[in-house]
Amino acid sequence: MTTPCRVIILGATSAIAQATARFYAGEGAHLLLAGRNTQHLHTVAADLTGRGASAVEVEVLDLGAPTDASAQLAVMAARLGGVDDILLAYGVLGDQTQAERDVALARDLLAVNFTSAAQWCLAAANLLEDQRRGSLVVIGSVAGDRGRQSNFIYGAAKAGLGTLVQGIAHRLALRNSGARAVLIKPGFVDTPMTGHLPKGGPLWASADAVGAIVRKAADAGGPVIYAPFFWRFILLIIRVIPAPIFHKRPL
Amino acid sequence: MTAFQTTGDVVSWGRVTRGLHRVARPAWPEQVAALAAEAGATPGKGLAIGLSRSYGDSGLNPGGALIGMAGLDRVHAFDTATGILCADAGLSLGALIGLALPRGFFPPVVPGTRFVTLGGAVANDIHGKNHHGAGTFGRHVTRLGLRRTDGSFHELVPSDPLFGATVGGLGLTGVIEWVELRLTPVQGAWLDAEDVPFGDLDGFFDIAAASEGFAHTVAWIDCTQGGASLGRGLFSRGNWRADPDRTVHSAKRTPALPLDAPSFALNALTLKAFNSTRYALKSQRAGMWRTHYAPFFFPLDAIGGWNRLYGARGFYQYQCVLPPPAARDGVRALLQQIARSGQGSFLAVLKTFGPLPSPGMLSFPREGATLALDFANKGDDTLGLLARLDAVVREGGGRLYPAKDGRISAAMFENGYPNLSSFRRHLDPGLSSGFWKRVQS
Ligand SMILES: Cc1cc2nc3c(=O)[nH]c(=O)nc-3n(C[C@H](O)[C@H](O)[C@H](O)COP(=O)(O)OP(=O)(O)OC[C@H]3O[C@@H](n4cnc5c(N)ncnc54)[C@H](O)[C@@H]3O)c2cc1C
Ligand SMILES: NC(=O)c1ccc[n+]([C@@H]2O[C@H](COP(=O)([O-])OP(=O)(O)OC[C@H]3O[C@@H](n4cnc5c(N)ncnc54)[C@H](OP(=O)(O)O)[C@@H]3O)[C@@H](O)[C@H]2O)c1
Repeated sequence: MTTPCRVIILGATSAIAQATARFYAGEGAHLLLAGRNTQHLHTVAADLTGRGASAVEVEVLDLGAPTDASAQLAVMAARLGGVDDILLAYGVLGDQTQAERDVALARDLLAVNFTSAAQWCLAAANLLEDQRRGSLVVIGSVAGDRGRQSNFIYGAAKAGLGTLVQGIAHRLALRNSGARAVLIKPGFVDTPMTGHLPKGGPLWASADAVGAIVRKAADAGGPVIYAPFFWRFILLIIRVIPAPIFHKRPL
Repeated sequence: MTAFQTTGDVVSWGRVTRGLHRVARPAWPEQVAALAAEAGATPGKGLAIGLSRSYGDSGLNPGGALIGMAGLDRVHAFDTATGILCADAGLSLGALIGLALPRGFFPPVVPGTRFVTLGGAVANDIHGKNHHGAGTFGRHVTRLGLRRTDGSFHELVPSDPLFGATVGGLGLTGVIEWVELRLTPVQGAWLDAEDVPFGDLDGFFDIAAASEGFAHTVAWIDCTQGGASLGRGLFSRGNWRADPDRTVHSAKRTPALPLDAPSFALNALTLKAFNSTRYALKSQRAGMWRTHYAPFFFPLDAIGGWNRLYGARGFYQYQCVLPPPAARDGVRALLQQIARSGQGSFLAVLKTFGPLPSPGMLSFPREGATLALDFANKGDDTLGLLARLDAVVREGGGRLYPAKDGRISAAMFENGYPNLSSFRRHLDPGLSSGFWKRVQS
């Protein structure tokens, strides 16, 4: 038997992260779950143990707060005895209408979805480059592909995060580091984040389907992967619609 | 803000009953208590549901609230030394197989589809092809966590009366939050199976009696045949193989039918052609062969949304059990009625239930023969035929399976279930269902 894959999951209580973690668990991986809800983290840890994970660690922290991310990641990696994959999955959708009027709220949204995520990504990139192997997998969003009135504050943060991860992927590749970075851009996913929206129809994917794509992305592909793939074509069209037409649609 | 959203989208597998529901889908276990309390306090009351693989209205609550439990599917603990697994009630049997088979275990009882939840399996005390040896699903349940709409939580073991009410209790005693059960050890994913054709109903009973050595048995009956060929069919039986390969079923299916098929898709002619070809093809394959568990236990799961073949009006399933003295003549009388009506079903399944007692006050399985058939919904013609079948079942001292039913009368239900009055004492007053409202006299 080979040694189990060691994975740090930032935002492990996210539905997409849980679905991804179940694939790792089925392979007997050694997992570290980071998040801010202690009870939920332990619920998820029990599930992953029951599904075959060789061991599961829990790290309770507010990932959205400014911190010495490099030191924190080093501690987490040490708890696993080394790390192979780092998944960043947390995020908040927020209320666009409210955030437009309440600039402090908008700033908080940007801080969680971009600023805090960026600190973890940069720290992870250094760690993986130094050890010369491993994958950083980051969940962005199709919302980052074009600003739309319904969610552009969230979208702007995801666009920024996407550019950051693309840049990290470029850097890791160019330096022949042996490490990789991948950005996943899900479309509509049926998770608590979208719990308030009416569901159904061919555009909606399950967390399980997206989790399968995320798990594969840790091994190969990228640097930008739409989940499911057809969003690449939808967004291609959305990006090229001329503004005079686009601006007549309440997208 | 309420977590319930009003929708007309929830239908059961038979797709006959349409109605508005307020639906909530919890993502974390601690949300259930508040949802149950909120649902229970509304006039339409509440009901927990799983994957809606029940055919009729026992898994619906039109005008009321539904708590969709399928998103609560986390394992609490799995002891691979003993095979005891404890998990949220929303875990599906398919997912359970996916995590347990690689470690040498399989659910103790599986129905004809892997898309059912632990909660649904308990609430209908489901049976499988192995009933004669293993009994019902509930016999393998060691503990249950039950949340009532008054906020109370009950950890139940088989000796508790509330356990006996909850197993087979149609979701009416509370919301099952988690289930602990004993899995069956298996070597691998494969079975040895064979199909034995029989020319008439007596042939079925002879082969059934001679199949004691098989853990899994079921027969397929060609309902379009009358006269001397009445009850002809194929007897399928199998045993787990000592085969170390543990390949789990593929999650891939043919794409679900996106639309309801036009109603002519299933007229009497296509039905006859389908049944005859199937009989001819299958009866040529003699002897034992090695089969993966997926086509053996879940043949229909390969076709996503096959229920839509019955068209926009949906279909009824009819499943009864007749006790041993009435079994042979009763099944013959039922098949005669069906052959005469020309409303033969796409699928007709016949199986003998063994004598192992079912643990639930309202469990459907009892010793005897059980017949299950589908009928496209043609309105009064279909309901008239089903009422004639009811008369035969009643005459024989049998009963119908609520998981499949969407139309029986209170009297027919009461007749079949002598423990109904004991069961009523355990009802959660905040819960109800379409079925339950209908069978209150
Ligand atoms: C193709 C096919 C083949 C089948 N073959 C068989 C068979 O061989 N044997 C057999 O016995 N059945 C069979 N069935 C029926 C099926 O096994 C049952 O209807 C089963 O209960 C469905 O489970 P579900 O998760 O879909 O529950 P649902 O249909 O959603 O609900 C069923 C009942 O369980 C209750 N319930 C569900 N979850 C909970 C919970 N957490 N707490 C409290 N109550 C709950 C509901 O209130 C309802 O009364 C078959 C169905 C299909 C579609
Ligand atoms: N669902 C979609 O349609 C969709 C589409 C595109 C992209 N995405 C992205 O996919 C990722 C996963 O989301 P999801 O759909 O799985 O939704 P989800 O289940 O709601 O997950 C979001 C997670 O982020 C966590 N989180 C938020 N802020 C945090 C903080 N400061 N510290 C620690 N954890 C924090 C939440 O934890 P708490 O429970 O503690 O709040 C929650 O577990 C997100 O980045 C999201 O933007 C989702």
